[in-house]
Amino acid sequence: MESSFYFIQLLNGIQYGFLLFLMASGLTLIFGIMGIINLAHGAFYMIGAYLCYWLTGITGNLFTGILLAIPLSILFGYAVERLAISYLYQRDHLYQVLLTYALILIANELQSILWGNDVHSVPIPELLSGSVQLTENQAYPVYRLFISATCISLAVVMYWVIQKTRLGMTIRAGASNREMVQALGININWLFAVVFSMGAALAAFAGMLAAPVNTVYPGIGDNILIISFVVVVIGGIGSIKGAFIGALLIGLADTFGKVLLPEMASMVVYTLMAAVLFWRPQGLFGKV
Amino acid sequence: MFERPGRFHTGRATGAEDQEWQGVSGTTRHTHNRHKSIFCADDNHREEKQMSDQKKPGISRRDIIKGGAAAAGMVTASSFIPTRFAIGGTAKVKVGILLPYTGTYAKLGTNIKDALQLRINEAGGKLGGREVEYVNIDSEAAPPKAPELTNKLIKKEQVDFLVGPVHSVVGMAMVKLARNNGPITVIPNAGANGLTGKLCAPNIFRTSFSSYQPGFPAGQAMLEDGHKNVVVMYWNYGFGKETAAAFKASFLAGGGNIVKEIPTPFPKVEFQAYLTEVAALKPDAVFTFYAGGGAVKFVKDYAAAGLNKSIPLYGAGFLTEGVTGAQGEAAEGVRTTLHYADTLDLPANHRFREAFLKATGNQADVYAVQGYDAGDLLIQGMAAVDGDVGARAEMIKAMESATIDSPRGKFTFSKAHNPIQDIYLREVVNGQNQVIRTVQKAVEDPAEGCKIG
Repeated sequence: MESSFYFIQLLNGIQYGFLLFLMASGLTLIFGIMGIINLAHGAFYMIGAYLCYWLTGITGNLFTGILLAIPLSILFGYAVERLAISYLYQRDHLYQVLLTYALILIANELQSILWGNDVHSVPIPELLSGSVQLTENQAYPVYRLFISATCISLAVVMYWVIQKTRLGMTIRAGASNREMVQALGININWLFAVVFSMGAALAAFAGMLAAPVNTVYPGIGDNILIISFVVVVIGGIGSIKGAFIGALLIGLADTFGKVLLPEMASMVVYTLMAAVLFWRPQGLFGKV
Repeated sequence: MFERPGRFHTGRATGAEDQEWQGVSGTTRHTHNRHKSIFCADDNHREEKQMSDQKKPGISRRDIIKGGAAAAGMVTASSFIPTRFAIGGTAKVKVGILLPYTGTYAKLGTNIKDALQLRINEAGGKLGGREVEYVNIDSEAAPPKAPELTNKLIKKEQVDFLVGPVHSVVGMAMVKLARNNGPITVIPNAGANGLTGKLCAPNIFRTSFSSYQPGFPAGQAMLEDGHKNVVVMYWNYGFGKETAAAFKASFLAGGGNIVKEIPTPFPKVEFQAYLTEVAALKPDAVFTFYAGGGAVKFVKDYAAAGLNKSIPLYGAGFLTEGVTGAQGEAAEGVRTTLHYADTLDLPANHRFREAFLKATGNQADVYAVQGYDAGDLLIQGMAAVDGDVGARAEMIKAMESATIDSPRGKFTFSKAHNPIQDIYLREVVNGQNQVIRTVQKAVEDPAEGCKIG
């Protein structure tokens, strides 16, 4: 194979890595920072995808669809946190697993009732529907480049919010010592509600953005749950930077695994995770 | 252990011609119910349970005669429903349905169930003159749950027929439990060759296809279309592998050359790396196996990468089955081989599609057809024995020799109980699978490893 082949594969890998970061970003907040085992991450993703499909269908435009869907998913996340998750902060992880697993079942059933079980597609807006010709017979869709650009912006914004703003500071403080933050007069309940809603909305946003390339079908969220956990664990729990690097690593490992070791393609990612954890049990950027 | 000697015995014995004898026998049992020896001869735990039930005072001789023969022994054994009461009345026949109603295959399961019930309703809602009770269980297309759910239908619900599933691995588990001594089973989708191959059994029928059937003729179809150098891509699991193997068998035998075989992890839908590889290999065409959400994503990615302009895409029919709406433009020109097409110009097909749309509000697809034909097979089997599920051998014989007037065209069953059917080459034109030609008539699965027939 020529070098251009490997160059395109490199692009594929990075692009897939961005997509993974988008999927895992919400989980970084909820699992990484708040320490809640959120199995319903995939369900939020699925809800985002379906909201996007539904609202894009009504408004006729992907961007308006997404703009309308974002506040809805924040509200949904907030409701879930207030009505369910907030009762479990003091409890064992097992309770969180049970609760969020129940949320998956409920969300799937809701999806089936509200939108049926068909496979749907979301049209890509005219503006982004073109493609860039790479070789004589292969093109690269502009929409995928758009997703990558969005992921980078999102990573920068998240990093800035968590590391540089007052809100971010309180979030980090709340995650490392809940009681102390409370003693300092900060409303920790409100804070965690905000973080959880943001996390859920990020997962939903990933679903919306990926809907046009992924298509929307029942069970769409199940596939991303595990890989999202892998990204967060490799990157180091609680680190946005780690999740970003972790996602890129997995994207590249997966792509080149498929090309160079096709027989073991599905194992490469998990082998990478095992290797990283063996070397750094706390993940690449995790604190001990 | 799924032997139900008592069940079959009683079912058989309650046939109309035996009613007189039944009445006597039932009464006899009652009068002798404290003499254990009679029941021991029957060697069945259910009978023993009934015996203990009978010890309750207050069951008069008249009650028992009124209730009929079978009821005499089993008034309070709630799980048991006799096929016929001695005086009037007909017990419901139980059809256990194990299909996915949630998850990726939810739509398939729903369509199969709807079409099955549509067919039975068209026949007056009865099987062999008996009312039908459906016991529906969501398989979730989850292989680990399959044995438990199948057992629930066989043992707890004591169904007379088992219909399902969609997923081949669930099918394996189900057939292993049901074959030989379990209820008569009709598979309305799961295509694993082994279900009517190594695992074949007198009581297992399939109204769909074996993986071999859409795969094998595709090799011939692509050679006829002039494609000699082909890349084969498929989801790396049972169904995908079997389809690809059948394709390769005929394609290589016809002088084709396989440039590269690319198995991709199931059920992952990230194809970008593979598409780059296909672009670099520049084959004449690509043959694929993908289905459901994966098929939508693959076809869209293939078109988005611009490959559809220079490298024609082929596949086993599932690539464009029930998903062309979601694939849109991207699916135009994709050619697939299958035993059905929505646009088949057959009276049975027009009739069926209209009825299905009216009954459900949805367009029918190949899965609905398979469910519809499963219903037809049950109707024919039960009609042949006049509703007597105990007449098992006769019923199986009738089902084996049945001709199904299917929307896909008439078909019969092979010795292994798999359809012998025509395979069509279709092309997506304006979002619909148009039949280009019949590639092979009466394709019969080789049924490797099947010992019956």
